[in-house]
Amino acid sequence: MALTTPAAQVGAIVPEQVRRQLTGRRSDTAGRIFQAVLIGAVAASVAVLGVLVYDMVQTGSGTLTGRLGDFLTGSLRSQPGESGLLQGLRGTFYIGVFTVVFAFPIGVGAAIYLEEYASKSRLSRFIDLNIRNLAGVPSVVYGILGLAIFVKALGSFTGPSSQGRSLISAGLTLAILVLPIVIITASEALRAVPGSLREAGYGVGATRWEVTRDHVLPYAAPGILTGTVLALARAMGEAAPLILVGAVTGFLSGGTELDPTTLGDRFTAMPIIITTWAGRPGPEWEQATAAAIVVLLVVVLLANAVAILLRNHYEKKRG
Amino acid sequence: MTDAPMVGSMPTSAPSRGGATVFDVHDVSVHYGDFRAVRDVSMQVKQHQITAFIGPSGCGKSTMLRCFNRMNDLIDTARVEGDISYHGVDLYDPAVNPVEVRRRIGMVFQKPNPFPKSIYDNVAYGPKVAGAKGNLDDVVEQALQGAALWDEVKDRLKESGMSLSGGQQQRLCIARAIATDPEVLLMDEPCSALDPIATGRIEDLMVEIKERYTIIIVTHNMQQAARVSDRTAFFTTEVSEESDRRTGLLVEFSDTDKIFTNPADERTENYVTGRFG
Repeated sequence: MALTTPAAQVGAIVPEQVRRQLTGRRSDTAGRIFQAVLIGAVAASVAVLGVLVYDMVQTGSGTLTGRLGDFLTGSLRSQPGESGLLQGLRGTFYIGVFTVVFAFPIGVGAAIYLEEYASKSRLSRFIDLNIRNLAGVPSVVYGILGLAIFVKALGSFTGPSSQGRSLISAGLTLAILVLPIVIITASEALRAVPGSLREAGYGVGATRWEVTRDHVLPYAAPGILTGTVLALARAMGEAAPLILVGAVTGFLSGGTELDPTTLGDRFTAMPIIITTWAGRPGPEWEQATAAAIVVLLVVVLLANAVAILLRNHYEKKRG
Repeated sequence: MTDAPMVGSMPTSAPSRGGATVFDVHDVSVHYGDFRAVRDVSMQVKQHQITAFIGPSGCGKSTMLRCFNRMNDLIDTARVEGDISYHGVDLYDPAVNPVEVRRRIGMVFQKPNPFPKSIYDNVAYGPKVAGAKGNLDDVVEQALQGAALWDEVKDRLKESGMSLSGGQQQRLCIARAIATDPEVLLMDEPCSALDPIATGRIEDLMVEIKERYTIIIVTHNMQQAARVSDRTAFFTTEVSEESDRRTGLLVEFSDTDKIFTNPADERTENYVTGRFG
């Protein structure tokens, strides 16, 4: 091109002119507006969270600073100034345990089968679609399922002393509730494993099981763990299904031991306590409710922190 | 040791007298669902030779290569018709275990794909899944030496295989493939992601190790085929009239020298002289 450019034209390029062209401001109004909208979206999301946390901490600060130890280790009472959360914390802890023990292995197993073993047939696509639909089913519906199966039909196993209205029923119901979430997120993590990694494994004569165990799962582990955290947080925060499987909303005797042999007894959990207290009149209950919400948030954050540490550990191993 | 590879030195080494037949391919077609990727391929691959597959994109040469270690099994819709025998044994006999096939017939892929593990573990993985017990240090060293990588990595075997350069990663993949002591190495455009210097090293390596292995290489680079291979197969595509879809087919399979200097088929001549493709 340079050769064909007339010499006169080359000579016509004036540095000052070039400078003006290069430094000239293009007015990019649409771009600026778009950026402002995006910042606004982020600000709105953060503001909601900030207001919520601020309001709760503010309202509950009296309880949290005045009698935190008593609040965490006490039982449900009729007076807001004496009530404690221990029974609710225990219930929520075991619900988390049930989720990890049941929903995690079953969900990850189902995802591995669907992604690594099942051939991509019409049937597997149909199953996939239905699992996605299950994740959108309202939680009350799962509560009814839990009531019908774990409380009514299997009551003699899940809680002989409580007619089935036990932590076992509640834990299993919530494990089923979050199962689709675990399957979907684990499937997505497995789908993100590069095909070349599988080929490398098969190429040196590894079996499907060896490729899955040694390469696919370690690579997908961070993503799978993230999904489990989401599921755990969801399970710990659900109230509606627990009401249906018979969580105690009023006074509860016992329910403070961590002893697993008491899992068949009547129970309560943090979200139940929060919804019950929120309905009671007077500023003292309001304070106690806010304090309980703060405690639940901290519990969920702690559970998340553990999972995030695990995820970072596996991510580092992935190299 | 073998001589340093020289361009065009092949005729002196009595081409195509490689000895025993490793693969006997007879009328093989491969389908993906109802799409026919390659049709009616027949050829014989001889021991201790480098066989190159060349041809334009989409001509089925990679598909064909993946038939030799049953890598196509991993694709649900893939279907292989015809006969491929390995030392007289039908590779697609239902009794044949593809895992055993892949231990004897190693593969190096287009894009270097080391495991996200240490250099040592990358090489030791194949022997481990094949049941090797105890200390694999010697196996790892031999494989890395075989792939001409030992001197560069011997002091950092615990580092991730991902930390190596592209050319080193590909040699690591070669080391990983030869660590299981295979008889055949399948190489699917092993140099396409590498610079000319790394490419040269891999080509030297192929010529060096062909005394121990039988190598089939798919390449887009005709000079590469001319430099390293003993026999060359030229594939091309044809467009089916009724479905308007492309199918690959084998046009000519002959000594490399003949393919590049005196091809029998006009399509081969057009391709190797750069008039097509």
